[in-house]
Amino acid sequence: MTAAPGSAVATCLPVGSDTDLTWVRQQIRQVAAGLGFGLVQLTKLVTAASELARNTLVYGGGGHVEITPLERGTIRGVRLSFVDSGPGIHDVELAMTDGYTSGDGLGLGLSGARRLVHEFELDTAPGRGTTVTVVVWTADLPAARPGE
Amino acid sequence: MKVSEQEAVASAARELGVFLERRKEQIARRWADAPLFRAVFTDSRDEAVEACKAVVDALSEVASAGSPEDIAAPGFDQVREQLGRMSGSRTRTGAGPAQIADEVAALRAPVVELLRAEATDASAPEVAERVLALTLLMGTLRLVVMRTALGSGQELIARQREELLEVATPVISLREGVVVVPLIGTLDSARSQVVMESLLESIADRGARYAVLDITGVSTVDSLVAQHLMKTVDAARLMGAECVVSGIRPAIAQTIVHLGIDLGSVVTRATLADALAYALARQGVDAAPDAGAP
Repeated sequence: MTAAPGSAVATCLPVGSDTDLTWVRQQIRQVAAGLGFGLVQLTKLVTAASELARNTLVYGGGGHVEITPLERGTIRGVRLSFVDSGPGIHDVELAMTDGYTSGDGLGLGLSGARRLVHEFELDTAPGRGTTVTVVVWTADLPAARPGE
Repeated sequence: MKVSEQEAVASAARELGVFLERRKEQIARRWADAPLFRAVFTDSRDEAVEACKAVVDALSEVASAGSPEDIAAPGFDQVREQLGRMSGSRTRTGAGPAQIADEVAALRAPVVELLRAEATDASAPEVAERVLALTLLMGTLRLVVMRTALGSGQELIARQREELLEVATPVISLREGVVVVPLIGTLDSARSQVVMESLLESIADRGARYAVLDITGVSTVDSLVAQHLMKTVDAARLMGAECVVSGIRPAIAQTIVHLGIDLGSVVTRATLADALAYALARQGVDAAPDAGAP
């Protein structure tokens, strides 16, 4: 997995307000369309990004998102890192449960976003902030993940 | 040391103020040909000269007060509006903030030239002090222009945001008892609040029994948007109206399923036409006149 040559290595966008969320969605949509994402994959990516960016804003108190174009063989993809320095998540397993929310949402942000992406990584600890990194490829990869 | 330096600047600034007042005419004539004024006052050079004179007057007043670095100096008040109009006009013709700043900075050189030409000994220390005071003063003018420009930009954005909220959420009466709300763009909390209010109002005023929420124009349907939709549907139901959500595209349908959103309690249709047919059928109207046609 390497950064796609010729493209900007990483774009960093602030996540500090509702207006920023709109901007983040638009930018990710643009990057993904430029990488050749199909409509379904693009919609999934942008929706996952919308969920995670809102988590960064609402629960993390704001932060930033890094957008990195990727390349693996002929397949292209994009990596998004949502970084905040908020209170962190105390019970990761509970937070990843469908329908659980510590706010007043539907409780589908984290768990739903994980189902929309190919790779999902959650790095958090109480008081240390939260970083969620996801990767989405332009095509579903044929190789099954080990253990599945 | 510090105090005497400040005093030196202040006294040089006061002398500069006298100079600006005395040479107002010449400065104004030169500035009228500078890009900033020429681009704004395209019709009449006289008008440009008058505008330049007003700016020189303001600068002279600020300099005479001995504080060339005071961005809030009362002297600027008279030209603030004019500067705002000028930067606004430059922005509309495509000049970015950096270019406007450069154009304001370019006004300094002609004045320095005049200042030097007037002195018997151009290398005298008092000339250098006046040039320094002038540089400070023009820097302040640049800040004043930028602040005015950014301020008016922010006002515009705030006003347009308000307008968007109002404009983008019409409730259309389609026939007796059926209203349609075409949703466009981003459905954030503020927008969905406006949508809910105008929909519930129309249900009360027009006695609508069926409301179609069309999300064809909504780019992203995430869990928050879905939650907003469900709340709107629930509220409409409490008032005796049934909602149909239409405009669910294939990509959105797949995404909603993967996200795990349960829209089972909401009647949904792929297109607005399907939603209307549903509403009309429920009203007992035959909505498919061409069905079974020969």
